[in-house]
Amino acid sequence: MQPQDVDLRAPLGSTVLPNPLSTAAGCAGYGRELARFVPLDALGTVTTKTIMPQPRSGRATPRLAETPSGMLNSIGMPGAGIDAFVRQELPWLAERGARVLVSIAGERLEEFAALVERLNGQPGVAGIELNISCPNTADRGLFFASNPATSYDVVRAVRKVTDPELPVYAKLSPDVTSITEIAAACVQAGADGLSMVNTALGMAVDLDTLRPALADGTGGLSGPALRPIAVRCVYQVHAAMLAERIPMVPILGMGGIRSGRDALEFTLAGASGVAVGTALFNDPGAPLRILDELRAELAARGFAKYTDAVGLAHRPL
Amino acid sequence: MANPLHLRAEVLTNVPDAAYHRLLLRAPGVPERARPGHFATLAVGGPDSSMLLRRAFSIHRADPEAGTVELVVAARGPGSRRLAEAAPGETLDLIAPLGTPFPLPDGPVSALLVADGHHSAVLFDLAAEIQRRGGQVGFILGAAGADRLFGVERARELTRDVLVLTEDGSAGMAGQVTGPLAQAVGAIEASVVYAGGPVPMLAAVGAIAAELGVRSHVAVEAAMACGVGICMTCVLPVVGEDGVSRFVRSCTDGPVFDGSRVRWADIGTVPPDLEGAAAMGVS
Repeated sequence: MQPQDVDLRAPLGSTVLPNPLSTAAGCAGYGRELARFVPLDALGTVTTKTIMPQPRSGRATPRLAETPSGMLNSIGMPGAGIDAFVRQELPWLAERGARVLVSIAGERLEEFAALVERLNGQPGVAGIELNISCPNTADRGLFFASNPATSYDVVRAVRKVTDPELPVYAKLSPDVTSITEIAAACVQAGADGLSMVNTALGMAVDLDTLRPALADGTGGLSGPALRPIAVRCVYQVHAAMLAERIPMVPILGMGGIRSGRDALEFTLAGASGVAVGTALFNDPGAPLRILDELRAELAARGFAKYTDAVGLAHRPL
Repeated sequence: MANPLHLRAEVLTNVPDAAYHRLLLRAPGVPERARPGHFATLAVGGPDSSMLLRRAFSIHRADPEAGTVELVVAARGPGSRRLAEAAPGETLDLIAPLGTPFPLPDGPVSALLVADGHHSAVLFDLAAEIQRRGGQVGFILGAAGADRLFGVERARELTRDVLVLTEDGSAGMAGQVTGPLAQAVGAIEASVVYAGGPVPMLAAVGAIAAELGVRSHVAVEAAMACGVGICMTCVLPVVGEDGVSRFVRSCTDGPVFDGSRVRWADIGTVPPDLEGAAAMGVS
């Protein structure tokens, strides 16, 4: 098997993408800056930073602290709001041939539904990702995805009003007691896929100021330090799908992916797509490099198709 | 937005200079694109490094003929210490040029250039460019002590108007760069002040310049993760042309800002009148 012969096609809900690689929400802006380093149409999808109804400034600085093999952020989902996104950013992305997975968040169910109604039928939109798990919300840990019932409600409300052609993914938090219960609630509510995982809540203290390193105290941990937790989450949820406790839907795996090997690890654990987040800050050219590496890793192991590797770690030797 | 290159840059020389290190890097294509005020980022270590965030450095010299750029590294933590120790022959992961450079005068002006420590690195190519346009420059260079001063000789090669200050009096006059600022603006009849340094100094420079009715363009050094505009961590509250204050990225909108437009006193907060503050529950 030669690397160039590997079939990288991968699912997004019931649609098919040319390859499994996406950017992770909040790590590639709306694509303009990244396009200087990576042709956006070469990615499976471009996931936007989270769009909310109104313009948001985001949180106070410092918003960032480097930690071993990772970083903490308390950025707070800044953005220009849905109107500016639909008017200025989405047409630009569509012109470049990007398949856009639009990350959205609201504070109430009606806000999520209203956001989706603005996105239905817009050019370039390949799917919706519900950010129901950001730790940088006003209520900190009390996000929708911390509870099966609220997860169910928001996915249900969104799925009802979303163009039936558009897949809806729910983005889950690792900071829950049982991620399979949350995943089950989302899929039962109609989620076409699951994005796993968001950052985990963390903290660092600055030894010079003797105060929390982030202006708001806590923040989301991302990067390779998060990877084993994310792989565990993907593995547990895929196992529940194999055991038919959850209907089988694609998982978009993310959390510290930095190389083709990391992407393959998520895939073997059960992801049928992978997203690159914090690694973009270190290497904005990472998506194409990781795709090349993934192709080589698959070929070296005799996989003709990317999808043949999905969930393989669950099979007995 | 700058159009940067991302490449493996060979370290040609690493010269200790006072408390700093000057890294000369082979970076074909970069010097042609670089303008005074642009910066560069370096990754720390290789693809398995546990330090993921790139470190930002202003471009000290860009030499298109040699295909090189020179960065000044101040070792402050484990990452910058590692870069300060880079050996000739080693290659570093470089992205440059980045950011929005200094606005340049159309014709001859008199400009005062003010910096603290290694932050002066960003000012020398600018001074040469102002002189090329028929203008004249003066420098005020300061630091905590003599070993933290940077570029005094290079400044003296460019102009006779160089003031040096150290806080401990170990070189030049005792004091801070802001002390003689107003007098120096008058002495060289400066119509514009360019500055590089830590936030409190830039805030003071911006305030003094505004009081004197001269423009100030200041280069900030904010903590950033990516340097290319995607991480949203390096924001400052800045008043826009439309009078509306917003958080703007110091990596793409900056690092150079109009000193009178940055809301220095509000750094570290979300001011209630900032665009989008209401959605954060700030009022």
